[in-house]
Amino acid sequence: MSSHSHPVTDATATRPVEFKIWRGDAKGGAFEQYTAQVTGGMVVLDCIHQVQAEQAPDLACRWNCKAGKCGSCSAEINGKPSLMCMTRMDTLPADQPVTVEPLRAFPSIRDLVTDVSWNYEVKKKIVPFKPREPDRPDGTWTVFQEDVERVQEFRKCIECFLCQDVCHVLRDHHKHDEFIGPRFLVYTAALEMHPLDTADRIADLKERDGIGYCNIGKCCTKVCPESITITDNAIIPLKERVVDEFYDPITRLLRIFRPK
Amino acid sequence: MSVPEAIVHEHDVIVIGAGGAGLRAAIEASAGGAKVAVICKSLLGKAHTVMAEGGMAAAMGHVDDRDNWEVHFSDTMRGGGYLNNWVMAEHHAKEAPDRVRELEAWGAVFDRTKDGRILQRHFGGHRYQRLAHVGDRTGLEMIRTLQDHGVHQGLDVYMEMTVVALLTSGGRIAGVLGYDRERGRLRVWRAGAVILATGGIGKAYRITSNSWEYTGDGQALAYEAGAEIMDMEFIQFHPTGMVWPPSVRGLLVTEGVRGEGGALRNSEGRRFMWDDIPEAYKNQVALDEEEAWRYVCGDKSAQRPAELLTRDHVARCINREVKAGRGSPHGGVFLDIAWIKSRVPNGEEHIKKKLPSMYHQFMQLAGVDITKEAMEVGPTTHYCMGGVRVDGDTQMSSVPGLFAAGEVAAGLHGANRLGGNSLSDLVVFGKRAGEHAARWAKEHGAAPVDSAQVEAETARALAPFDRPNGENPYAIQSDLQDVMQRLVGMVRTKSELEEALGHLDSLRARAAKCGVSGHREYHPGWHTAIDLRNLLHVSEMITKSALLRPESRGGHFREDFPAKSEECTGFNLVARRADDGSMDIDRRQRAPIRPDLQAIIERMK
Ligand SMILES: Cc1cc2nc3c(=O)[nH]c(=O)nc-3n(C[C@H](O)[C@H](O)[C@H](O)COP(=O)(O)OP(=O)(O)OC[C@H]3O[C@@H](n4cnc5c(N)ncnc54)[C@H](O)[C@@H]3O)c2cc1C
Ligand code: SF4
Ligand code: SF4
Ligand code: FES
Repeated sequence: MSSHSHPVTDATATRPVEFKIWRGDAKGGAFEQYTAQVTGGMVVLDCIHQVQAEQAPDLACRWNCKAGKCGSCSAEINGKPSLMCMTRMDTLPADQPVTVEPLRAFPSIRDLVTDVSWNYEVKKKIVPFKPREPDRPDGTWTVFQEDVERVQEFRKCIECFLCQDVCHVLRDHHKHDEFIGPRFLVYTAALEMHPLDTADRIADLKERDGIGYCNIGKCCTKVCPESITITDNAIIPLKERVVDEFYDPITRLLRIFRPK
Repeated sequence: MSVPEAIVHEHDVIVIGAGGAGLRAAIEASAGGAKVAVICKSLLGKAHTVMAEGGMAAAMGHVDDRDNWEVHFSDTMRGGGYLNNWVMAEHHAKEAPDRVRELEAWGAVFDRTKDGRILQRHFGGHRYQRLAHVGDRTGLEMIRTLQDHGVHQGLDVYMEMTVVALLTSGGRIAGVLGYDRERGRLRVWRAGAVILATGGIGKAYRITSNSWEYTGDGQALAYEAGAEIMDMEFIQFHPTGMVWPPSVRGLLVTEGVRGEGGALRNSEGRRFMWDDIPEAYKNQVALDEEEAWRYVCGDKSAQRPAELLTRDHVARCINREVKAGRGSPHGGVFLDIAWIKSRVPNGEEHIKKKLPSMYHQFMQLAGVDITKEAMEVGPTTHYCMGGVRVDGDTQMSSVPGLFAAGEVAAGLHGANRLGGNSLSDLVVFGKRAGEHAARWAKEHGAAPVDSAQVEAETARALAPFDRPNGENPYAIQSDLQDVMQRLVGMVRTKSELEEALGHLDSLRARAAKCGVSGHREYHPGWHTAIDLRNLLHVSEMITKSALLRPESRGGHFREDFPAKSEECTGFNLVARRADDGSMDIDRRQRAPIRPDLQAIIERMK
């Protein structure tokens, strides 16, 4: 989502923009219409706040940083999973209303707020980081920049769960009990490829985490606001490790003798 | 206890806040054998700490082996105008390196030196390269590491719940009262000890780098519970916030930009920071741009660029340029990192690699490519040096059983915080608070909860619903922010501060009559009505303290007293609720500094 926007030149001219915002809760809901007064440089979250302050003080949404750093303000804007704080109004078509609705892969709580607690439960089950013995007497390790670059890419994740939202295995097939989703494949990859880690998560990936459900369609990669190459850099290498471990007897044997 | 509506939870230690300080405190209290609950307003992992960019200060000496705790200690004291709690400054300087290493042992992945150790970068006011970092997303690395480690330590986490009152019994802490956002139900958490780790107050101002969470809850809750609140006149205005477009005004531009060589220029293209160099730093600033660039590249014989002076000073210089008509088109000045392309091979890639989220932020929100053009920046309300007055060893406040750590606590930073000293503060004092709170809870047990207090506080929290036609709380919050921005901002003067106090009185009267309608579930209007109480308390503390410090120092600048005063070096201002409910501010004489620490300061001058 590295949509390059144009420089903002004029922020004084105001134009009215129609919004259709989903209002409701777990029992159901509908789109309601609002009008926001938009000036140059405004993002969707600014409009939501304007509506909240002036027209609907009980409109529920989440946000924190307003800078694409915390992953709180996820929603579907014109049908596309996006961060409201990083979606500039002037990147949306000017001639039609802007629709804003909650993430659809998770249960609704109210308006734009969904129940994402499932994600926290999933994460808790993944075998935690376990470092090797320190390399130095002061309890530290020697690790070079080139060894951490891959993992640093994964650790940019802001847990916005947009990738979870777009993944058809969760969104359409509701396999929440069998599949951990792209976010937690990235998380597992960050642990597995961490230069200090010694734990093994390969059997879990295959049996409990459902990595086999992923068909590498890359929808997740396309929505990631941190531009993490979820499929190519995280999921495919993990799939290869699963194959090595379970289907290739020689690698499997070697694995026993060679530390990872 | 007969509390009709509230749900009751029982723990040994309650931690309010899940930023770096709260999580580190919870982990430590849990390790000390306590049953721990963490309560936070947002989802886990979204606290303000996630936004920290530049890094975490710790004298590890990986890049410059001349660094050690004594240098870090004296830098912190000098930066703080010598009003710091020197006990805390000593602990912080000594313990920060271990806290960084501990994060690494828990899975954090810092940027590396060529010889495979944790890399450290330059930041304002730090004599040597001292900030451990991960690009410009160090806070994310810290919070994720603590969160992922913490969830396996048996903590009970209550997300999206807001504490509205501290419960006391016979002068000590007994628990807290809060509401959950999802349903709007009131809950009581009983506990032996409570740790405040609620962060800052930025939302008292119009232009701020802080999020909606920063409504001064911890400072106000502690104040209402009878605790002492110190140094509230010292507010840090970060020199470089975005100024354009209006919707992102105030958003932070990390000091890391200047650490990597970014130059501040006025409309005439002049690096104006060299025009005024404070006496205390005369020996620490490069003679010219050439020497400054050598410093950025790690030349140990070179001194720092003038852009890397302390934040209070840089912010005032920017103000001066703008007032003199030498600003940028939208009322800031220029911050130029693109110029370093003439000095480093592959400059564009280098900038993107070192400052990825700044690149992203400007590209997406302002349409500015920082590898090609200068940014426009200006001061933004950023950090609150003041807060709950605590014991320097244990972090306990003046209310027995109530502890505070992180931004909500006062002391470490004195009159001005050095960049990078907050992230290290969080883990050093988070750990200390956790350890001592667990011990205190074990020794003293729980106290009975006073159901009359619970009922009264519940009624107070729900009162806005009784006034469905009352004024919209958003309008009051917005007016409050304008008053503070206009009259109690970076440059202060007696008449304006007094005017502000008048406005605060009428805002308080309006807040008492504000109302909301509808149901309690996930109701941001109601939440804002409650936040207002806290914002009003902290705004009054800031304004009154600012009136009572007739000098300029650190984050407090008085136009009518533009110099430092010797007399004012001797005290800190302490706010406390008087018996009649009004706010008392008194001068607290400072304890004389330990001679060996004074000797270090002298040696490093
Ligand atoms: C944009 C930005 C960049 C920064 N960069 C740096 C940097 O590079 N280096 C550095 O050292 N410092 C930096 N800082 C400062 C530093 O990030 C903060 O001071 C620090 O993270 C505060 O941490 P904390 O643990 O005290 O509080 P926070 O991380 O803010 O956490 C506060 C917690 O308290 C909770 N809370 C608050 N009120 C209540 C309530 N009533 N009930 C329940 N829960 C409540 C919140 O939900 C949250 O979980 C930066 C700050 C900003 C804004
Ligand atoms: S690539 Fe895999 S994980 Fe990503 S969206 Fe497609 S199926 Fe889901
Ligand atoms: S991987 Fe990307 S899309 Fe998925 S949660 Fe993390 S930041 Fe969001
Ligand atoms: S508010 Fe933090 S990512 Fe949008």
